[in-house]
Amino acid sequence: MDLHKADKSPAAKTDARKGARALRVGGVSVRYDVRAVVLTLLMGLVALAVAVLLVLVGGGDFPMSPGDVFQTLLGNGAMAQEFIVLDVRLPRVLTALLVGAALGLSGAVFQSVSRNPLGSPDMLGFSQGAMVGALLMIVVFRGNTWTIAAGALVGCLITGVLVYLLAWKRGVHGYRLVLVGIAASAMLTAVLQYLLTKANLADATEAMVWLTGSLDGRGWEQVWPMAAACVVLVPLILRHGRSLRMMEMGDDAAFALGVPVERVRVALIVLAVLLMGAATAAAGPIIFVSLSAPQVARRLTRAPGPNLVASALMGSALLIVADWAAQSAFGERQLPVGVVTGVVGGCYLLWLLVTERKAGRL
Amino acid sequence: MQRLAAESVTLGYDERVIAENLSVEIPDNSFTVIVGPNACGKSTLLRALSRMLKPAQGRVLLDGQVIQSMPAKKVARTLGLLPQSSVAPDGITVADLVARGRYPHQGLLRQWSPEDERIVDESMAATGVGELAERYVDELSGGQRQRVWIAMALAQQTPLLLLDEPTTYLDIQHQIDVLDLCAELHETQGRTLVAVLHDLNHAARYATHLIAMRDGEVVAEGAPSDVVTAELVERVFGLKCQVIDDPETGTPLVVPAARKARTAVAS
Repeated sequence: MDLHKADKSPAAKTDARKGARALRVGGVSVRYDVRAVVLTLLMGLVALAVAVLLVLVGGGDFPMSPGDVFQTLLGNGAMAQEFIVLDVRLPRVLTALLVGAALGLSGAVFQSVSRNPLGSPDMLGFSQGAMVGALLMIVVFRGNTWTIAAGALVGCLITGVLVYLLAWKRGVHGYRLVLVGIAASAMLTAVLQYLLTKANLADATEAMVWLTGSLDGRGWEQVWPMAAACVVLVPLILRHGRSLRMMEMGDDAAFALGVPVERVRVALIVLAVLLMGAATAAAGPIIFVSLSAPQVARRLTRAPGPNLVASALMGSALLIVADWAAQSAFGERQLPVGVVTGVVGGCYLLWLLVTERKAGRL
Repeated sequence: MQRLAAESVTLGYDERVIAENLSVEIPDNSFTVIVGPNACGKSTLLRALSRMLKPAQGRVLLDGQVIQSMPAKKVARTLGLLPQSSVAPDGITVADLVARGRYPHQGLLRQWSPEDERIVDESMAATGVGELAERYVDELSGGQRQRVWIAMALAQQTPLLLLDEPTTYLDIQHQIDVLDLCAELHETQGRTLVAVLHDLNHAARYATHLIAMRDGEVVAEGAPSDVVTAELVERVFGLKCQVIDDPETGTPLVVPAARKARTAVAS
């Protein structure tokens, strides 16, 4: 790599252009936007703060002071307290953070690749693919937690491959991807309904719980696979972030700048589908996070480009706040988080449509 | 051997063949303009020269190497392209868009060197958009926007620059503006420019080398004063005309024959 001659001073040098600043230390140089960086950090902090709050206070009825929680975390708690903190609250919060980040990131990738805010994975049928996969496992094969998760992941992947192949015609373009995805989503929903009518009552109940998407009862067996998926997939996706930013100017412009457009697109679609599949396997289909997180992140940071990191952190923040609301706002009967994100996402979508219309873009 | 050449290429999309066994060399340091009627294959040829379109047969050579076999970023440091359809991302400033032209020179660690910054400033100055650096691209007029895209292509710092119909959708004063800019880049920076243009008179005035195409074949090429004749215009475009000296520049000027004269010939 052609490293640029270092500045003499190790201190960061900045230029004064509005918004964009440059940071150069040694041979490393990056360009960043102050507002975007500050707001991205803020989203991360909000997610973290709510997560800490949920661990300390919790959403359930178990009486426990924050001091007790600290003691328990340090290993001085009673058995029941240890169970509540280490096996209930902590994994639930971690699952929310990881799943939220995965949904936000895969949403940002798909919206950027399809150049359409509606091109999020839950619109393109990937969620529905995961649901069908999981439901087959529940209804037909009577699977356990693991095989249901695997079914969701495989269903998501197969849908991803099919949608890509059907949308391919000398490369994949935004509108075709969205249209094929919506068609796939409709067909898979039909399959879903059919499977539900075939199920007996117990299976159908189990299926319905899974289908709403919930963080309730998520343990370490959800956290570890999800964490592993994030550790592998997130850096791989971020590595393509710069290429993706070039591709927002159109395939020709990106190609002229030396981006191997179709190769990057296939790689990103595969990675984002895997991430989406892993998230759905861990928490069920949680709708609207992957649609709204990138849009909210973009509006807050006001930065062009796919805003991958901001979208991931926004996803975490959205999901953990939704989980907090689901746990605490409705008293005794906790709501599955999928219901909250569904309501919030629906309102958000309406707001988006109204503002876009006012701005004359729709 | 010139730096950029197509050697007996067959070009087409899927089954539809647009040009067969076509050979073209782009003279180094020229301002080459490709002209021809609609669907003659001029844009297709430009796409092939810029490795957007892979020839079904034959090969495109850049510095003696088959262009498809070269690493994408390496090509992008030698050959730039201003495509017809580019989208400015929402909410991007002029400076940010021009800065993206530096992509092929950057790596994962070295993303924004002082050199990048200097070249971006120079590119904006050369295209006269320095004043607009902090404006949003969506706010600009069509002519200004085209200058910004050209600035981005300049920031790529390629010795060869290909432009696909850079004047389309622009008013006459902006068309001239963009062509003046191209001529200036060619003269002062010594870059090789290849442009596809619709307007034969613009081509005759600005090109140092003209390639006239029809039905996927090169009908004539050379200096505009040698190539643009009444006979050639009729052969390429099927239009009866007079060719006179441009009163401003002395280059050939095509004046279509009056309707009556043309209908008289036809009948």
